[in-house]
Amino acid sequence: MAENAAPAAPVEFATSPEQYHHWQIRIHGGVATLTLAIDRDHPLRPGYELKLNSYDLGVDIELADAIRRLRFEHPQVRCVLVTSGIAKMFCAGANIRMLSQSSHTFKVNFCKFTNETRCEIEDATLNSNQRYIAALNGTAAGGGYELAESCAEIYLIDDGFSAVSLPEVPLLGVLPGTGGLTRLVDKRKVRRDVADLFCTKAEGFRLRDALKMRLVDGGWAKSKWQVEVDKRAAHLVEQAGGVGSEVGIALTPVERQTSHEDDKEILTYRFVHVAIEQGGRHARIELRGPETAPPQSHQELHDLGCNSWALQAFRELDSALLDLRLNHSPVGLLSVTTVGDREQVLAWDTAISRLRAEGSWLAREVQLHQSRTLRRLDNMAKSMFAIVLPGSCFAGTLAEVLWSADRAYMLDHPDQPSAIALHPVNFGVHTTYNSMTRLQIRFFGEPDSMTKAATLHGPIEPSDAERCGLVTRAPDDLDWDDEVRIAEEERLSFSPDALTGMEQNLRFAGQETCDTKVFGRLTAWQNWIFQRPNAVGERGALTMYGDPRSPMFDFNRT
Amino acid sequence: MSAFDLQAKIPNNVNLGDDRRLQRALEQWQPRYLDWWQEMGPEGYQTKDVYLRTAIGVSGDDWAHYDYVKMPDYRWGIFLADQVPDRKVPFGDHMGEPAWQEVPGEYRNVLRRIIVTQGDTEPASVEQQRLLGQTAPSLYDLRNLFQVNVEEGRHLWAMVYLLHNHFGAEGRDEAEELLARRAGDQDKPRILDAFNQPCNDWLSFFCFTMFADRDGKFQLASLAQSGFDPLARTCRFMLTEEAHHMFVGDTGIERILRRSAQLTKLDPSGDARVQGGIDLNTVQKFINFWFSYCLDLFGSEVSSNAADFFGAGLKGRFDEEKRFSEHLALDQKLTLAMPKNGKLVNEDIELRNAMNEVLRQDYIDDCKSAVRRWSKVVQAEGVDFEVTLPSGRFHRHQGIYGGLHFDRDGEPISAEQFEAMRAEWLPTDADRAYLRSIMQPVMAPGQIANWIAPPKKGINGQDFAFEYVRF
Repeated sequence: MAENAAPAAPVEFATSPEQYHHWQIRIHGGVATLTLAIDRDHPLRPGYELKLNSYDLGVDIELADAIRRLRFEHPQVRCVLVTSGIAKMFCAGANIRMLSQSSHTFKVNFCKFTNETRCEIEDATLNSNQRYIAALNGTAAGGGYELAESCAEIYLIDDGFSAVSLPEVPLLGVLPGTGGLTRLVDKRKVRRDVADLFCTKAEGFRLRDALKMRLVDGGWAKSKWQVEVDKRAAHLVEQAGGVGSEVGIALTPVERQTSHEDDKEILTYRFVHVAIEQGGRHARIELRGPETAPPQSHQELHDLGCNSWALQAFRELDSALLDLRLNHSPVGLLSVTTVGDREQVLAWDTAISRLRAEGSWLAREVQLHQSRTLRRLDNMAKSMFAIVLPGSCFAGTLAEVLWSADRAYMLDHPDQPSAIALHPVNFGVHTTYNSMTRLQIRFFGEPDSMTKAATLHGPIEPSDAERCGLVTRAPDDLDWDDEVRIAEEERLSFSPDALTGMEQNLRFAGQETCDTKVFGRLTAWQNWIFQRPNAVGERGALTMYGDPRSPMFDFNRT
Repeated sequence: MSAFDLQAKIPNNVNLGDDRRLQRALEQWQPRYLDWWQEMGPEGYQTKDVYLRTAIGVSGDDWAHYDYVKMPDYRWGIFLADQVPDRKVPFGDHMGEPAWQEVPGEYRNVLRRIIVTQGDTEPASVEQQRLLGQTAPSLYDLRNLFQVNVEEGRHLWAMVYLLHNHFGAEGRDEAEELLARRAGDQDKPRILDAFNQPCNDWLSFFCFTMFADRDGKFQLASLAQSGFDPLARTCRFMLTEEAHHMFVGDTGIERILRRSAQLTKLDPSGDARVQGGIDLNTVQKFINFWFSYCLDLFGSEVSSNAADFFGAGLKGRFDEEKRFSEHLALDQKLTLAMPKNGKLVNEDIELRNAMNEVLRQDYIDDCKSAVRRWSKVVQAEGVDFEVTLPSGRFHRHQGIYGGLHFDRDGEPISAEQFEAMRAEWLPTDADRAYLRSIMQPVMAPGQIANWIAPPKKGINGQDFAFEYVRF
C-alpha cells in the first residue's frame, strides 16, 4: 500500500459554494435541492477519475459544507432534496481506485468523516427542521445508497433500469461501511434475512422489489418523476409550517495562521491555539473563553453572525480537529487546556440556552453545532487529556471537554486557585453519539454521583472535583509536573493501535444507538477487513478491482 | 395450454414435453408474449399470409421450412445447437474445466444480466420497426421485414428459455420485464440506447439490420464461446438466423446506393432527389448515425465488467476458439487513444479490461468490408463517390469518448465545431421528412419503389415477383 509514499498535500476542509466542483445548491422557497454532478477531473488527489458520480473526500467535504450552510445561511429551508445531475446514476459510492491507492490511515479517516457527515444529515432532519429527501433519479450503489439511507425518505425513479444496491460484499470484498449495514436493519428496520439478500446481490433491486423490501419509501415513473418529487417536497414544507421566515447568517471562512517555533508547529485561530511538539507526536490545544458578555437577544446574536464566541470558537475547534486527523496523523496525544473567564462561559451558555428556549433558531443551531463539534472530539483516534490549570474556564459547554477526554488532570495549587463549573447544558443539551450526556456515561454505574453533580452550583475546587469524579486526578503543585509529564510520556510510548481500540471501547459506556453501532461496530469491522489480505493483499478483492484477474481468498473463517 | 399443446405448438429440441418446470413458466409467459406481439408487432399485417421461414431443427439443410403463415400463428420454437460432447470452458480463469450445464452460483447474477441485456434487444427491434410495413418498397422487402421481426421474436424466446430454465423466480420476473419495456418509451425504455432510437423509414431499417444486427452477430458469437453451455448452444443457433438479418441490411443499403447512383447519373444536375431518389450524401449520413450508435452497444472501451466476463469464462472474443491460440489474455495490453484534456494520449490497457474494444474492432473490420463493396457498386454505376465509415470516436454516447466531440476522422473538436457540422454529418429533420415523403408503399408483386433497386434474386429460390405477402 501507499503508506510510505511521499506525503500528500494537506487536506483543506474549508470551502464554499463558489468553489464547489461537485455539488450545486439551489433554493426555491422552502425547498433546497442539492445536486450531485461530480466533476470526474477534479479528484482530491491525482491518480483516479471520479467516474459515474463516485466520490472521494473532496466531494464529501463539499457536502458537509453544504449541509452546514443550509442550516446557518438558509434556515428558512424545510426540505432538502438530494439528487443527481448526471443521467441514470445517482451516485456509485466511494471511488474504488481512490480507496485502493489510499493508505490505511487515510481510508479510515475518509470513512470517519463521511460517517460524521451522514450523521449531520440526520441531525439536521431531527433537530433543525430540515428534512432530507433522497430523490434517486438514477442508480444508487454502495455509498450512494448509504447517502440515501441517511435521508429521512428515499424515492427511486421507475425507469426499468435504476436500482439501489450495496455491492461491497460481492464485488469488493469489503463492507458498506458508511452506515450502510447498520441503517438498513436499525434505522429502516429491514428484516435481517431480507437485508442479507440485498447486501449480497451486486446489482441490487429496482423500484418494485426495493419497495417491497423497504429499501425505499416510494418512487415514480420517469414521466411523473419531477412533478411528484416536487409535490412531496412541497407537502413536507407545508407540514413543517410552510417556508420559514428566518434570515440566515453568512459563514465566512475560518481564519488560521500556521507558523513554526523551534521544533513546534503552531496553528493559531482567534479562540483556538494548537502547538504540535515532540516531533509531531503531541498536540497542546488551548481553547479560549469568550472575551465579551453574551448577546441578550436573538437580534444581538444574529448581528454577531458567525463571529459570536459560541459559534466561532467551535468552528475553529472543528477545523483544528479535522486538520489534526488528516494532516497530522502521528499526533497521538491531545492535551487540552482552556483559558478565560469561567463566569463568562457560563453566562454565554445561559444566554444561548435562554434564546433557544425563546425560539431563536440561531441559538439552537449554535448549540447543535457545539454538540457536533464535541462529538467530533469524542471520535478522535488520539488520546486526550484535559489539563485544568489556574485561569482556565472548564465550565458549562467547555467542561464537556473534561469528560470527552480520556483523563482529566486538575492542578490543586494552594496559592493559585483553579475551579471548574457545571451548567444545565451539561445535563441534557450536549449529548454524544449514544444519546447520553457525557456525565451520564461517566457515572453509568454511579447514579448517586450523578445526583450529586446536579446539586453542585458555583465553582468546584480541585479536591471536590476529584472526590465527585469530575476529574481523574488533582495533584498538588509539588506532584503536578511529574505526574502529568509521566502520564503524557507513558501515553506516547504505548502502541497507537491498542490505544485507539482501548479508548474507543472505554469512551461510550451505556446504551448503543445507530450512530455508535456505525462508529463502533460497522467501521471497526470495516477497518479490520481493510487490513486483511482478502481485501488488500496481493490478490485481495479491493486490490484486484479493475484488474483483469479475479481475487483469491483465504477461505479460513477467523 | 396443456403440456401436449405446448409441445405441439412450440417446435423445440429441449424436451419441452417432459419438462414440467419449463412448461409451467411458458404457460404463463406464452399468452403474454402473444398479447405483446399483437400490441407491438407489425402493425396492420397480423391477419395476412406471409411467406416465412420457420426453424424446425438445428442442423442440416432442412433446419427450416418456408410456407405461408399468419404471423400470430408463427411457430416460435426453442432450439439449442447440438451439444458438443465433453465441451470445456474455452477461455478465462476456468479454462479447461468442464463447461457448466447449470448456472454456477457465483456467476448467476452476472449471467442473468448478460442474458437480459441480450434478450432485451430482440423485442426492442420489433417495436422500433412496427410501422415500417406501411411504407414497404416491395412485397419482397415487406416479407423480409416480417421475417426479421418473427425471428427477433424467436430470439426473445431463446433468451426467455434460458431465464425460465436456469434462473428460477428471478428469471421468470425478468422474462416478464422483457415484455413490459418498450422501445423509446420515456418510462419503460429498452436497456440499450440504440434500441430506443426511432426506426421509421426504410433507410434506417436497412442501417439497423446492417449495423445493429451485426452487433448482435458479434455479441452472439462471443457468447457462443461461453463456458455456460446452454447459453453457448442457444447463441450458436441464433447466429444461423441472424445471418439473414444482416443480409437484409447489407443488400438493402447496397440496393439503395445502386439506385441512388443510377438516379444521380440520370439527373442533369446530378441530384438524385430531383429524380425522387435518395442522394448519396444522405445515405452516408444515415450510415454515420447508425454506425456510431451501434458502436455504443459494445460498452465502454475500458471496462471491469468486460474483464470479469472474460475472466469468468462467460463471454469470449469473436471466434475465440478458432482465432486465438492463447485464451487467458493476461499480461497483455491493448493501446487505446484516451482523451485527456481535449487531446488524445495513447495508453496501454490491460487486455481483459479492453475486451469490449477488442470485439468492437472486429466489428468495425467486418463493417469495413461491406462498405468497400458498396463503394464498388456505386462506382460501377459510373458515379465517383466513396462510402466510408466515420471514426470509432465520432458521435459516441457511451464509453471513454461519450459526451466528447470528434470530427468524422476522430480528431477532437469543440462542441461548437461539432454543432456547426452536425447537419453535414448526421441526418436532419428535413432529411427524415424527405425520406418519409418518398416512401410510399408498393404492394403489387414484382413492383418496386423508385428509390431502391430490385434484389438480384428472391427468397428460397423464388422470383422477385413472387407473391411474398398475400392480401
